[in-house]
Amino acid sequence: MIISVASGKGGTGKTLVATSLALSLSEKRKVQLLDCDVEEPNDHVFLRLPTDQSQPVFIRVPEIDRTKCTYCGKCAEVCVYNAIAVIKQKVLVFPELCHGCGACSYLCPESAIAEGGKEIGVVEKGSLGNLELVQGRLDIGELMAPPIIREVKKHIDSASEVIIDVSPGTSCPVVEAIGGSDFCLLVTEPTPFGLNDLSLAVEVVRKLRIPCAVVINRVGVGDGKVEDYCREQGIPVLLRIPLDREIAVLYSRGVPLVEGIPEWRKAFLELFQDVNRVFSAGATG
Amino acid sequence: MREVVVLSGKGGTGKTSVVASFAALAKGKALADCDVDAADLYLLLRPTVKREGEFWSGQVALIDREKCTDCGLCQEVCRFGAIVDYSVDQIPCEGCGFCFQVCPVDAITMQPCMAGQWSVSDTRYGPFSHARLGIAQENSGKLVTLVRNNAKLLAEEQGLEYIISDGPPGIGCPVIASLTGANLALLVTEPTLSGIHDLERVVGLCQYFRIPALVCINKYDLNEDNSRRIEDYCRGQGIEVAAKIPFDNVVTEALVEGLPVVEYSSSRVTQEIERLWQSTLAKLGG
Repeated sequence: MIISVASGKGGTGKTLVATSLALSLSEKRKVQLLDCDVEEPNDHVFLRLPTDQSQPVFIRVPEIDRTKCTYCGKCAEVCVYNAIAVIKQKVLVFPELCHGCGACSYLCPESAIAEGGKEIGVVEKGSLGNLELVQGRLDIGELMAPPIIREVKKHIDSASEVIIDVSPGTSCPVVEAIGGSDFCLLVTEPTPFGLNDLSLAVEVVRKLRIPCAVVINRVGVGDGKVEDYCREQGIPVLLRIPLDREIAVLYSRGVPLVEGIPEWRKAFLELFQDVNRVFSAGATG
Repeated sequence: MREVVVLSGKGGTGKTSVVASFAALAKGKALADCDVDAADLYLLLRPTVKREGEFWSGQVALIDREKCTDCGLCQEVCRFGAIVDYSVDQIPCEGCGFCFQVCPVDAITMQPCMAGQWSVSDTRYGPFSHARLGIAQENSGKLVTLVRNNAKLLAEEQGLEYIISDGPPGIGCPVIASLTGANLALLVTEPTLSGIHDLERVVGLCQYFRIPALVCINKYDLNEDNSRRIEDYCRGQGIEVAAKIPFDNVVTEALVEGLPVVEYSSSRVTQEIERLWQSTLAKLGG
């Protein structure tokens, strides 16, 4: 089963839930944790697994063969991202704007465009026992997270339980990370910001037709409106984590909750069972 | 006109709470919410919308089944896996138009996308530029640029000296769109190992684009060892730590009341945020 852990709002506890769920499950079965928050990957901070594989991620960008180019301008005309400009006897390529679609190269009448690789980040793999971590990391100054997320997801092993840690937000990196999941856990906090961003995240998973359930973190602060919202929307709340200084301090030290307070393992194993139950019941959230 | 953007790398460190308090403290400024993915600042500023418009950006392919001869060339050339069984899935489609260009029978058209909505509003703290990206839409960077341009226009029209922008988490496209050309980045971090890891990446981003930075440690007393680590790191990078805000539930209580924390309580949190605004102002110059 592929479970993604998302939230809309940042800092609600996605990483806490993803790492503790992965660690709890890995006691008895193979688990893959994919850190698809490639702009700010944090799972490694908590798991501290040795990295045994590191692969650069390239996107394909145009390389112009100036001996063949006739400056006809076709490439600039077909590029909707404005990544190529042809000015008189010059072709300018802006690799950070290129999406690597390949249209320019294919459509060049002189076959003057080859596609070179531009490194935009890295995918790293490490494992310990039953648990494997695959994380993507976007290079600083690069714009596009989705190609790295796609590379991370190529490592999915269907014989494992797969947990995907997703970046905050509701746009392309989130859609790329969640797409293809069997289930999505939405982690939120009981505050007006948490509620606002939860409702946006629910719209995303509904658009993608992925069943979902909610985990509420820092229960005890804020108000009861997240609970009300979930009830009205028929979205099950499968786990509540209290606002507790001890939990916050463990998190600050990079200690996974289920390692710092092992009693929590039971709650995360039950969370997994509940996810399976809701998934099997075909609830679409 | 001087512009400060509030960033953090890691989400949930308190950017929006700081910006809302700055809104209450600062004079002569326009406000902008550049976190168009998950815009929350409006919840505290309670804007009255004056003008709004649709944000059209990008396109998606559409196949006319009447004309399509099922040759499959579009599927072959599409690198985003967006065409299956001669039909386009709009979600993975990145609108490159490759299929449209190669279709031998002109069965494919490119449809423009309504990718969000922008608004220009009044608030009791001053004018406010904000937007909402459509669910699961692309081009958040372009919408951020639009929000910033609207904020600049507001500031020019009304002769305001400053723009205070609430930025998105991360270091990718929308963050870069929020940061480039700004006069100062205020980085709100927290004393957690993940907060530090993410701070280092966003500091790297500021250095890459040569934008001066200032740091604020939120909830500094949650882990004072880590707070010292952040201070040491910042010293090494030549970055001032302008404030250390203590952990206090009053921040959330203010949020539930729909108020910037500086208007809700006169706790140490408020004093630190006032100090932070003074340092920000000094660093912004003008």
